[in-house]
Amino acid sequence: MLLAVENLHVSYGGIRALKGISFEVEEGKIVALIGANGAGKSTTLRTICGLVRAQSGRIEYKGTVVNKVPPYKIVGMGISMVPEGRRVFTRLTVLENLEMGAYSRGSSQEAKESLANVFKRFPRLQERKSQLAGTLSGGEQQMLAMGRALMSRPQLLLMDEPSMGLAPMLVEEIFSIIREINNSGTTILLVEQNAHMALSVAGSAYVLETGEIALSGPAAEMADNPEVRKCYLGE
Amino acid sequence: MEGVLSILTNPYYNQVLTMMGIFLIAALGLHLITGVTGQFSFGHAAFLSIGAYSSALMTIYLHTPFFLNMLVGGLLAALFGILLGIPSMRLTGDYLGITTLGFGEIVRIVFINTKITGGAMGLGGIPKETNIAIVYILVVLTVFSLYRIQNSRFGRALAAIREDEIAAETMGINVYWYKIKAFAVGTFFAGVSGALFAHMMQYLNPSDFGFSRSFDILNFVVLGGLGSIPGTILGTAVLSLAPEFLRFVKEYRMLIYGALMILMMIFRPYGLLGNVDLVRVFRSLRSRGAGKGTVSGDS
Repeated sequence: MLLAVENLHVSYGGIRALKGISFEVEEGKIVALIGANGAGKSTTLRTICGLVRAQSGRIEYKGTVVNKVPPYKIVGMGISMVPEGRRVFTRLTVLENLEMGAYSRGSSQEAKESLANVFKRFPRLQERKSQLAGTLSGGEQQMLAMGRALMSRPQLLLMDEPSMGLAPMLVEEIFSIIREINNSGTTILLVEQNAHMALSVAGSAYVLETGEIALSGPAAEMADNPEVRKCYLGE
Repeated sequence: MEGVLSILTNPYYNQVLTMMGIFLIAALGLHLITGVTGQFSFGHAAFLSIGAYSSALMTIYLHTPFFLNMLVGGLLAALFGILLGIPSMRLTGDYLGITTLGFGEIVRIVFINTKITGGAMGLGGIPKETNIAIVYILVVLTVFSLYRIQNSRFGRALAAIREDEIAAETMGINVYWYKIKAFAVGTFFAGVSGALFAHMMQYLNPSDFGFSRSFDILNFVVLGGLGSIPGTILGTAVLSLAPEFLRFVKEYRMLIYGALMILMMIFRPYGLLGNVDLVRVFRSLRSRGAGKGTVSGDS
């Protein structure tokens, strides 16, 4: 198991955001966490990254407990995040943004190779490499955020709401890129409100409801589950 | 040429330009903290005073060479920068501003109540070691080293922190520690500036380093354009020379100065040269010269 989360509790002050969730991410797969606003999806990713401290429970990555690892060290272990709302460095150029993504990789040779790979995957970013990231469109910024996360060559890519605020056509494009990234060997943990898209790419899925796992199983089964269809697929 | 010479030999102009250079060094230090890293500091004058008093006391009592004293002044200021940074760099925005403001006042009050610094009477008898040549050689060195820092891996990380701390952290940057490092470098230059100030004025008084001084330096950085070295230089030049040029309007001087600032903030909210980065300017000029819009990828 690449990532195993066990009985994870997280609180913000008095508010209990996660009430003991457990799930697993198998190497090479896409795992989706779906759920409504405030279900605790983003909190889960932020806790894995170390941006939020867990109250109790354990997060095991490649057999190591990473609960107490500070966020700036997580990326060096092979976990990279595409944050919610993209969070690109708006006053840096596209190229500089990507270079920041390779920050944890000391060697410039590796960074160059990563850059070539990212440009191959996102030709638009190459066209716009000397442009300030803040001047990109929403879809391009999402691609930049993904490219930036890939620069560190993660084994596990955490993606927080990649479809947020994008036109339907762009959402399709982003998800086909997610599939490609996975095909080239990167494991992906995907958090989405767009359950339909998430279930279409994921191997397995977990439904989060107010800080607890309500349902889990193979994504195809979930998509057929009447309850999921009613609550999350709008039927 | 003759005009330039007469400016340099005229004691009044010489003094104005020297002071401008001295404060430019402090402003460039703050540029790294506020302009590049995005951390507001309202207590920069405190670090000037630490550099000023420590170097002056060394000169007076230990008779050690000026450049050594200046270096020690800078390092001591940086040490206090780190000590202040450890608790306060966990804070952001307003809270950081208030903490640095408080620190500035504490340092000033400590100097008022310390015997060896002459207290509120001030510290006199400091030999004059600073001259316009020394100041501008140091200005050039400061610009050069900050330029190098800003365009290094470290500098890029600082800019990423300014843009988005959380994203920077997930890139593998130890945000907290990097902020402290930026603070240490920035306050080092404040200390050097203070040492030059002490050996220029030959007399120090804690009131030279009050809140208004911190605020002046912050203005140099903000008005010139946050994050831009040319902006900081321009901001310092305009704001240190404007009050001098406005002397003829006598008591209305500060009124016009204030009005100028308001106008600048309305028409140039990002500062005079906001977003102007020397490297980018050169790069785009070079690529335009090459006939193609491409910029080499291996920057």
